[in-house]
Amino acid sequence: MTYQLICGAEIHVELKTKSKMFCGCKNDPFHAPKPNLYTCPVCLGLPGALPVPNKKAIENTILLGLALHSTIAEVSKFDRKHYFYPDLPKGYQISQYDQPLCIGGYLDTSFGRVNLTRIHLEEDTAKLQHAEVDGQKVSLIDFNRSSVPLMEIVTEPDIKSPEMAKEFLKKLRDIIRALGISDCDMEKGSMRLEANISLLPAEALAKEGSLPPYKVEVKNINSFRFFANSLDYEFKRQADILDLGEIPLQETRGYRATSNSTVSQRTKEDAADYRYFPEPDIPPLVISLAMVESIQTRLTTLPDTIESDLVDAGVSQSAAKIIAQNPVMLKFVEQVKTLNNKFIVHAANSLVNKKIDPTQLTPAKFLESLESAKSRKITDESTLKPLIEKVLADNPRVVADYQSGKSNALGFFVGAVMKATSGQADPETVNQLLRDLLN
Amino acid sequence: MKPLNQLTVLESRDLLVKKEISSVELTTACLDAIEIQDTKLHAFVTVFRDDALDAAKRVDKEGITKPLSGIPLGIKDNFLTFGQRTTASSSVLDQFMPPYESTVTNKLKEAGAVITGKTNMDAWAHGSSTETSDYGPTLNPHDLSKLAGGSSGGSAAAVSADEVVAAIGSETAGSIRQPASWCGVIGMKPTYGRVSRYGVVAMGSSLDSPGPLTKTVADASFLLSIIAGHDPHDATTSSLSVPDYLKELSAKVTSLRIGLPKEYFMSKTQPGINELVKKAAKQCEKLGATLIPVNLLDPKYSIADYTIIQRSEVSSNLSRYDGIRYGHDRAFFGDEAKRRIMLGTYALSSGYYDAYYKKAESVRELLKQDFSRVFESVEVILAPTSPSTAMTVGSTLNQSMFGELADVLIEASSLTGHPGINIPIGSIGGLPVGAQFIAPHFHEQTVLNIAYAYEQSINWEENKL
Repeated sequence: MTYQLICGAEIHVELKTKSKMFCGCKNDPFHAPKPNLYTCPVCLGLPGALPVPNKKAIENTILLGLALHSTIAEVSKFDRKHYFYPDLPKGYQISQYDQPLCIGGYLDTSFGRVNLTRIHLEEDTAKLQHAEVDGQKVSLIDFNRSSVPLMEIVTEPDIKSPEMAKEFLKKLRDIIRALGISDCDMEKGSMRLEANISLLPAEALAKEGSLPPYKVEVKNINSFRFFANSLDYEFKRQADILDLGEIPLQETRGYRATSNSTVSQRTKEDAADYRYFPEPDIPPLVISLAMVESIQTRLTTLPDTIESDLVDAGVSQSAAKIIAQNPVMLKFVEQVKTLNNKFIVHAANSLVNKKIDPTQLTPAKFLESLESAKSRKITDESTLKPLIEKVLADNPRVVADYQSGKSNALGFFVGAVMKATSGQADPETVNQLLRDLLN
Repeated sequence: MKPLNQLTVLESRDLLVKKEISSVELTTACLDAIEIQDTKLHAFVTVFRDDALDAAKRVDKEGITKPLSGIPLGIKDNFLTFGQRTTASSSVLDQFMPPYESTVTNKLKEAGAVITGKTNMDAWAHGSSTETSDYGPTLNPHDLSKLAGGSSGGSAAAVSADEVVAAIGSETAGSIRQPASWCGVIGMKPTYGRVSRYGVVAMGSSLDSPGPLTKTVADASFLLSIIAGHDPHDATTSSLSVPDYLKELSAKVTSLRIGLPKEYFMSKTQPGINELVKKAAKQCEKLGATLIPVNLLDPKYSIADYTIIQRSEVSSNLSRYDGIRYGHDRAFFGDEAKRRIMLGTYALSSGYYDAYYKKAESVRELLKQDFSRVFESVEVILAPTSPSTAMTVGSTLNQSMFGELADVLIEASSLTGHPGINIPIGSIGGLPVGAQFIAPHFHEQTVLNIAYAYEQSINWEENKL
């Protein structure tokens, strides 16, 4: 039988705010010189300690929501999500249940639109380290990461293929990086991926809105490639089960990079009841229009728009893509544009093809060097014309080629003239003269 | 001069300023009273004798420079005190030495107070008897066969028995007012959000309100100004500025309208209590206040509502005592805590949340509307604090709803977050009877003023026992 892949993604992203989500501790778990350095009663979950929400983290989540066309909640709140685990010191995680900061939204890919369910804000857990101390196997807890602000982006089951997944995730990462709210470093775990995967028989697809009667959640995915791989693997695994007329088990599976497969971790029977209820320590958040408007002003142009703007300005598609994803290059091009918008293409080519280092050269200096190079060029037609005539006379066969329609022969002549002038001839003038003489 | 441990906060302050007494003398008098009486009374879980005397010596050396300089206070054992044992009367926290200080005790210490020790309470503040303390019950100073009430029973008994000049307690629903009523002292429960909960072992987070237990209304006013205010560590505290309650304290109540809610004078209340409250109302009328009969929702509805909300929050708040830290694991939870965890867990479970917690929140909203409506026609409500005088030791055995029933007259105004005060208004069979005044949110001054007016107008010693 043929099946259609149905996949929704859950993406956790740690926000790089100065302080943690609910206390004043430094938010820098990856660079902490030692464990349990950035801790206080709040992120250690000590008796009597109370959470106070981080305004910046709330604003940054709203910022992403605005970038992804979400509706921003007028009233949002935090909830307690209960489960027992040694890395969760309070026995509950402060998260958002039924009133997330951002509702809906979407991100377009070349394979189609991925709609978002929601974006909410929560706190990260501490980190367990399994080690051996004095010959004894122990689990150690590092609270540096405890209560670091964590955004969760949940998509609708709109991802139809591994390629679509990859493009969606890359675009999402580029947007979050462009907004400057997270590094999205998957190796360190500041961006974490989960996939909800199921298959629908091709004939059921025709029925509007029909979804499979099960879903398999895959965790422990720490790269876009592994995400795509897990979709491939699950597609085959689930198709085999469905072919037998059975329904795959609703369960949580872990991705194993070493074997490129998924392994069952937890089935529905022991799924947790999180006993969500409104966090009484934090009053509901009322998000005013003025607040949303002020966050809106921080909304920088996003990679997609930047790319198409650059292409419109004459930059090649490939160079535009590279620049749109590189904030340093982009800043350089934008500064060049403000100084003299005629040189955008020059700047783009110099960065991408000639690999000039934008950190070593100011845009003003760059323009200066272009101008001075230009002023040294030979533009005088009476000097160039005899040279061109000589080149044409020396290469009658190429002239014939050109006249028979091989327009790229023009490049040959430009090259020859440039060589004859040691690169000093102005290419635009040479081009013009060549056309005049040949036609 | 009366024995030093019998002094009020303001009297002590006056004598300390005049250098007629030293803080060491005052503190020693209180510590000695604890040593003599507490073997029977058991108002304290932990006494900080050395720390307290050191603090008193420092004050005597430095002089009276701060509002509470050198004045010994008892603190309920659910307030975290830095480096000083804090158990919340549960053996789960038997060896817990807090690495930080609660906002309230920090403010008191900053104001120069001497902390003599930590007072007994129902374990985790779960109860209205102090009988569920893992360290044994606190007895009633007026009759050692009776309970002190709770959960701030240790603080109420310590004040009543002059083991401290004043004490701090906390109320979720009744835990200040009810033991104050049973022990015959002033107990002030401020508006929810008026006093910071930071560093107080959480019970019902949407209800918990720290407040003072004192010998006089003036003392309660004085202490409340010191401990109240916005706290950057507690997002539920109000940013409203804190009045100088003592300076604003006035016995002029001529334009005050006092509402007497018919439903709060229950027929099942112990005979004599309703009558004493009505007599107190008449006294207020003599002082110029107007008495107005009002109707509130039957307090019986608040029992179920309070139980659901509080148990749910308890089950969540106690999750952190998972056995990994604090030394003792979950086996050390007492029966009452276990019952509350189970009931709360059930109420929050998927499929039951809507029927219990969500519905309880709706009822809470109705209660708020009910009070708002009554506060359109009166400035303050007067009602009995407790339906009985202090009950006999052992009363809570096999009574899993003991606290909820004992606090039936307090639960509604706790769910709504209103401020209330208990004042002693007489006695029955040698046991104190209390009445409570309840006012709109942040109108602490209103309840303090009417309580003060009443207090000044009667033979206090006779009322207080």
